[in-house]
Amino acid sequence: MREREDEWTDLMRSAISGDDAAYHRLLKAITPVLRAAARRGLARAGQPVDQSEDIVQDILLAVHLKRQTWDSSAPFAPWLFAIARNKLIDALRRRGKRIFVNIDDFAETLPGETPEPTASPSEVTAQLQALPARQRDVLQSIAVDSASIKDTAAKFSMTEGAVRVALHRGLASLTAKLRDR
Amino acid sequence: MDTDQLIRTLAADNAYRARPIGLALMLALLAAAPVSLLIFFAELGVRPDVMTAMHNPFFDLKFAVTLALAASAIAVSLHLSRPEASLRSFGWWLLIPAGILVAAISGEMMMPQRTPMMTRLIGKNSMACMTAIPAMSLPLLVGALYGLRQGAPARPAVAGAVAGLLCAGLAATVYASHCTDDSPLFVATWYTLATAIVASVGALMGKRALRY
Repeated sequence: MREREDEWTDLMRSAISGDDAAYHRLLKAITPVLRAAARRGLARAGQPVDQSEDIVQDILLAVHLKRQTWDSSAPFAPWLFAIARNKLIDALRRRGKRIFVNIDDFAETLPGETPEPTASPSEVTAQLQALPARQRDVLQSIAVDSASIKDTAAKFSMTEGAVRVALHRGLASLTAKLRDR
Repeated sequence: MDTDQLIRTLAADNAYRARPIGLALMLALLAAAPVSLLIFFAELGVRPDVMTAMHNPFFDLKFAVTLALAASAIAVSLHLSRPEASLRSFGWWLLIPAGILVAAISGEMMMPQRTPMMTRLIGKNSMACMTAIPAMSLPLLVGALYGLRQGAPARPAVAGAVAGLLCAGLAATVYASHCTDDSPLFVATWYTLATAIVASVGALMGKRALRY
């Protein structure tokens, strides 16, 4: 557990110093842990666990957009679990359940104990349709068509800088829509 | 969009760097400050005898209290903008201005006074104090909450209330140069009430504005 969390901290430090691959690996590594915890939270609240993926995506977006609040001299896991806990409580509250979520739910979770989710249109996908056209096109190109920033720029005859701006704004407004839904 | 696709998209946005919250807060407050100063100079202005008042230690103590409030609330605000933070470790900073105020009251008690205690407490400007501090705080509060939206507070209402303390501290610092009531008893009563109003408004606004 300790080693896993130290590895996350190292990956996040590399990510912040500009290593995109490390960031990708970190997000991949934390996802099964978040998924297992989300399922457990839903199960305990008597909710169908197949909604866990929406919560996982909520958490990932928040992690991404709030990275600047992580103090890089501190361990990453407590910060991550605080965000995850907040998002899980939010999701359960939205479903009309008030429930106490124990932070140890996250810390004690072993990855890989839950199966990959079955594909169903997520809330993120639904909100994606409501974005301004340019942001939606850029997000879809990068997410769904796995195009690079460079290819996306060529495809829509935009500069790479403009693609980056649209990408970030798209993610930010997606998060805002999910929060205020 | 499945989770793997989302992760790929987030990784593609890794180059984006948000402003540090301290900087975002400072810029937002600087942008809002002219509005508050406009309210001050249009409606109140600095008291005419300010040069002589400066030799009165109780006039100066008002600024010590209000600036201590603003400074400690800034520190606590920045702390609370982190998701894993709570008031427990940093909250006592907010007792510093209260401590200065208590010391000032005891100091005044020990001195011979020409006016009775209740007269000093009620003063002449209580209504001005109660309206001017919230009015000047409001633009600052909007700015502060805008800046603090970069953060991820665990309890948005608490973070909003502390932002309210911060703005009330700044507004009260400016207001103190207008007010002719220098007794710490006046400050402890009316400044505190005005600050409590702003903190409550901050809690209500923060509850919505600071959710992430």
